[in-house]
Amino acid sequence: MSWDKKLINQANKIIKQYPQKRSALGPLLHLAQSKDGYISDDSIEVISELIGITEVQVKSVSTFYSMYKQEPTGKYLISVCKSISCEISNSSDVIKKVQEITGLNNNETDEEGIFTFEKVECIGACGGAPAIQINYETVEGMTPESTESLFNWLKENQPKVIVADILQEKFGGTRSFEWGIKDNSGTIASVPGFQNFNTVGESK
Amino acid sequence: MKETVLLTKRMRDFPSDSHLIDIYEKSNGYKVAKKTLSKSSPEEVLKEIQDSNIKGRGGAGFPTGTKWGMLVEDKEKYLVINADESEPGTFKDRILLERDPHQLIEGMIITCFAANIDKAFIYIRGEYAKPARRVQNAVEQAYSKGYLGKKIFGTNMNLDIVVHLGAGAYICGEETALLNSLEGRRGEPRLKPPFYPAVKGLYMKPTLVNNVETISSVPWIVENTGAEYNKLGVEGSTGTRIFSLSGHINKPGNYEIEMGSSFGEFVETLGEGVRNNKKIKAFIPGGASAPWLTGEQLEIKMTIDDVAKNNSMLGSGAVVMMDEDTNLVNAAKSIVSFFAHESCGQCTPCREGTTWLEMILDRVASGRGRSSDLELLLDVCDNISPGLSWPPKMTTICPLGPSAVSPITSLMKNFREEVENMIPTKVLL
Repeated sequence: MSWDKKLINQANKIIKQYPQKRSALGPLLHLAQSKDGYISDDSIEVISELIGITEVQVKSVSTFYSMYKQEPTGKYLISVCKSISCEISNSSDVIKKVQEITGLNNNETDEEGIFTFEKVECIGACGGAPAIQINYETVEGMTPESTESLFNWLKENQPKVIVADILQEKFGGTRSFEWGIKDNSGTIASVPGFQNFNTVGESK
Repeated sequence: MKETVLLTKRMRDFPSDSHLIDIYEKSNGYKVAKKTLSKSSPEEVLKEIQDSNIKGRGGAGFPTGTKWGMLVEDKEKYLVINADESEPGTFKDRILLERDPHQLIEGMIITCFAANIDKAFIYIRGEYAKPARRVQNAVEQAYSKGYLGKKIFGTNMNLDIVVHLGAGAYICGEETALLNSLEGRRGEPRLKPPFYPAVKGLYMKPTLVNNVETISSVPWIVENTGAEYNKLGVEGSTGTRIFSLSGHINKPGNYEIEMGSSFGEFVETLGEGVRNNKKIKAFIPGGASAPWLTGEQLEIKMTIDDVAKNNSMLGSGAVVMMDEDTNLVNAAKSIVSFFAHESCGQCTPCREGTTWLEMILDRVASGRGRSSDLELLLDVCDNISPGLSWPPKMTTICPLGPSAVSPITSLMKNFREEVENMIPTKVLL
């Protein structure tokens, strides 16, 4: 087992929440990803032992869901929405811009391991289309120009914590709704920032 | 036309901190739950919900009171909140999760009281990281105040809530797929029967699966009575509903209104009209699964029945407006490719059909279409949903496949010429 004690404790805490151990599989895969940036064979082995199912069962589930990555992702996972509201609001221009800047095709990671680019389906930001997510932190009302600024900023600063509110204020445009609430929570890995996976950071 | 604000009131009154428990309590929060748990009976709560005639806000529009009434008695029962909002065009649950999570939790407490449930889950789509964090914070705040856990509000009721994050699968919005996912399995819809999770749901135990907006309405209904709620809106579509308006609109956003106004009025007043004074060519009345309506049909009233009469559906309340400059083939392609991507792969007509539809539309959109492609598209659609009728007939376990048919039949029925114009004509040399 190559998960350290801290991670195992965290995993057991998650498992305890559920009436049946197997229900913890999804959250444990998120946890595995916060460690490695993808679902490694090693994590599959650990998880299968923790909840008492076979490695193939774990793998079968992990390959079903698009957020569980089968290969290492870069430091920043760039997800650009291409569903209907974004599509008719020129998301294709934003996609082109991202590809031009990064030189990446769909689901590719650059050699330096900084950016992974993916085209994704609806992320629930339709009122602020076109929208983009950096490590699952949403920025709405993007243009090719603001996309370029966003990438320049990411490259230059390489922030440890990605916070939706900060990105929206710096680079975003039209929003789905007035956000009102200021919030400094974000994510410190290319997985959704959520308390139970220990990826939430406070930004300075 | 004005908004009627029941569920989105607090976030307007306290725009910068409506998600905190102190603000929630200051504005009447948790009082309804406290009072209900100490003074009412589960039967009384159920009656209020039935009297309200509220229908589920997830998309299917199933009467909530009926669903609750079907819950089978068992020692082990669950409540699962479907917060897997992923229907393209829809972002209304996001605002309820982000801005007023305690309203949802209070609704869950009352629901669990009415159904005698002591374990509940909130299944939030993985991409909603920020809303999930807010909800998790709210759950922890509620525990620390003794509103969740053992003997809540000092009564004999126990309730635990677990916030569960999904991992990017639209199909998990289908309730049986959601339950499989929550059990740690692939998010594949279950073969019916059993038809209702209220009979056999999570771990094959009786389970209520309700949408975020539905359960967020419960505190208001119980406080003001079901009869009062029933007075809002129109018969068959009672209460308020949060519509997500997007597309070529001056002021897109979430609007809480009583059902009954027309789409045109909605767009002109709350949406402040179409961008650049263009005309609407087509619009989607209820999320990507719904057949499109045309610019000539803007007078249709926004009720479940009126939209159904016009062979579409109010679905998840996602209204997407497309102006006269929109390339509808590209729009249809976007929707079909969504369903192709999200097909779980269990049923052949859906898995193969959506993929083929995507490929054919792609070649038409890129100017490489064949004159036979129009009929071919309809033929593939017919294999997924025989007869191409509405509501759709199915050759599949769940309605995802037939949903991919909607944009194509809409296109062929109303905008066939536009598709034909994209097919290159033969030039004689």
